[in-house]
Amino acid sequence: MESKRQDERFIIPIGPQHPALKEPAHFRITVDGEIITNAVVRLGYAHRGIEKATESRNWVQNIYLVERICGICSHIHATAYCLGVERLAGVEVPPRAQTLRVLVAELERIHSHLLWLGVAAHEAGFDTLFMYSWRDRETVMDLLENVSGNRVNYSVNLLGGVKIDIDNQISDTIREGLAFLEERTLHYLDVVSNDMAFLQRTRGIGVLTRSQADVLGCVGPVARASNVPRDVRVEAPYGAYQQYPVNIVLVEKGDLEARFIVRLKELLESYRIIREILDTLPPGELTTRMPRRIKEGETISRVEAPRGELFYFIKSNGTDTPERVKVRTPTICNMLSVLKLAVGHQLADLPMILAGIDPCFSCNDRVAIIDHRRKSPEIWTWQDLRQYGIEYYNGHSR
Amino acid sequence: MRLNGHFLRNTMEEIKTWARINSPWVLHFNSGSCNGCDIEILAALTPRYDLERFGIKLRGSPRHADVLLCTGGVTLQQADRLRRIYEQMPEPKFVVAIGSCALSGGVFQGCYNICGGIEKVIPVNAYIPGCPPRPEAIIDGVYKLLASLKPAERALEPSSHEYGDRAEVNS
Repeated sequence: MESKRQDERFIIPIGPQHPALKEPAHFRITVDGEIITNAVVRLGYAHRGIEKATESRNWVQNIYLVERICGICSHIHATAYCLGVERLAGVEVPPRAQTLRVLVAELERIHSHLLWLGVAAHEAGFDTLFMYSWRDRETVMDLLENVSGNRVNYSVNLLGGVKIDIDNQISDTIREGLAFLEERTLHYLDVVSNDMAFLQRTRGIGVLTRSQADVLGCVGPVARASNVPRDVRVEAPYGAYQQYPVNIVLVEKGDLEARFIVRLKELLESYRIIREILDTLPPGELTTRMPRRIKEGETISRVEAPRGELFYFIKSNGTDTPERVKVRTPTICNMLSVLKLAVGHQLADLPMILAGIDPCFSCNDRVAIIDHRRKSPEIWTWQDLRQYGIEYYNGHSR
Repeated sequence: MRLNGHFLRNTMEEIKTWARINSPWVLHFNSGSCNGCDIEILAALTPRYDLERFGIKLRGSPRHADVLLCTGGVTLQQADRLRRIYEQMPEPKFVVAIGSCALSGGVFQGCYNICGGIEKVIPVNAYIPGCPPRPEAIIDGVYKLLASLKPAERALEPSSHEYGDRAEVNS
């Protein structure tokens, strides 16, 4: 029996439905008792066929379609698309419009990072932080609503400009909101780097070394937490980022704690950029004329979404609809590192590793655990797994 | 005797309905949406909107849930799972379709992998439009669904007298 056990594989299927998170995904986790020995992912449950649909809609309609690829980072998708189409058409966007795009993109980054902080804290069993960070997130949601008229899917972009403008009154409201958020962010930074109970779940867990992050092609905050200087805003500044340079945030350690710190420090950086924009917003037009048909050609467009590099390939054949639009989102780049990181860790760390990499995935409701010592198959829900992780660490304080 | 049995059964039903209205447990299912609606559902549970003050609690398992909150235009992979989850819920069950995609497929109408709305797969009790609906709209929609379960609230006052009269006649 002992020797036979070596060959047996115990597989935990997770996916594709989860109540608290969003995107459905399916994971198959192979375990040896407590330790994860292999992890496989199956994606595509939320595949809607958007890339094909772009070919049957015209250039303007596609803005609203690509905005709805992701409800969290909708603005950045539309920005990437518009930047690409404008380059194909050879149109120069007025500076005020470019700056307003950056302003909304940074507000969106604030909302996305605060959302992630809450979700990641929830997976660790720290629901107080979840509720506090989501309460504070409502401040930035109000600001976005004030600026654009909608909480989510702001539809700020047009081909050739933006459709919103801000006045002194709105700038003052944004400044007030940022002052409150900055104070809260400093508090959260203190919590995630000093709270002993929380550090037990994050410090030294899921360590991704610099070379691993490089090889696996990680992007965004995950790469920057492993000291890989990868940020499109810095490497290839687009839009108004040339006028408002970003200081890249790097942390060396590469564990979960580092990912918390990188994202929180990026919040502070976003506050700085927004304040600078409000102080020096260039005057001028908001839109410029765009042709209805885009001349033949192809282009790529790279932008920095809250989760990392977002890549668009756009090909035009000279008509009023695109011939091909290809999107590569940051989650797919980071998903490989989840699979790599999970191996060798306790099953109890799995929820945190998955959430720590990126919240834009969803795990499931039903987990079947087959323990080879007890030989009793049990069905676990995601809630059970999360609870198990919390209780495991209550009993095994290090 | 027959009247007593009838009365008891009615009272039990009334108590059940009262309990159901005052603490509905909800399950959230993403059938392939863009996350926008899902985030707004979560936002409705957090301190600013605090859905829990109506006794509404988010559950992880369909077997514990009374109300299914559905988002998304239902991708082909998820259609079968949506049907399975609906079947696992105990009776009586209610389905709320949240967001334009859940109502009609929304902006994804005509995509090759989209069924085009929750009602194409399972019966729906309440529709909340919006892209995405605000948390207030979600609260309002769920509240209206609960109010519709109440046994004719507007007729409650006069009808109680009627019942009294009828009971006298019967006795």
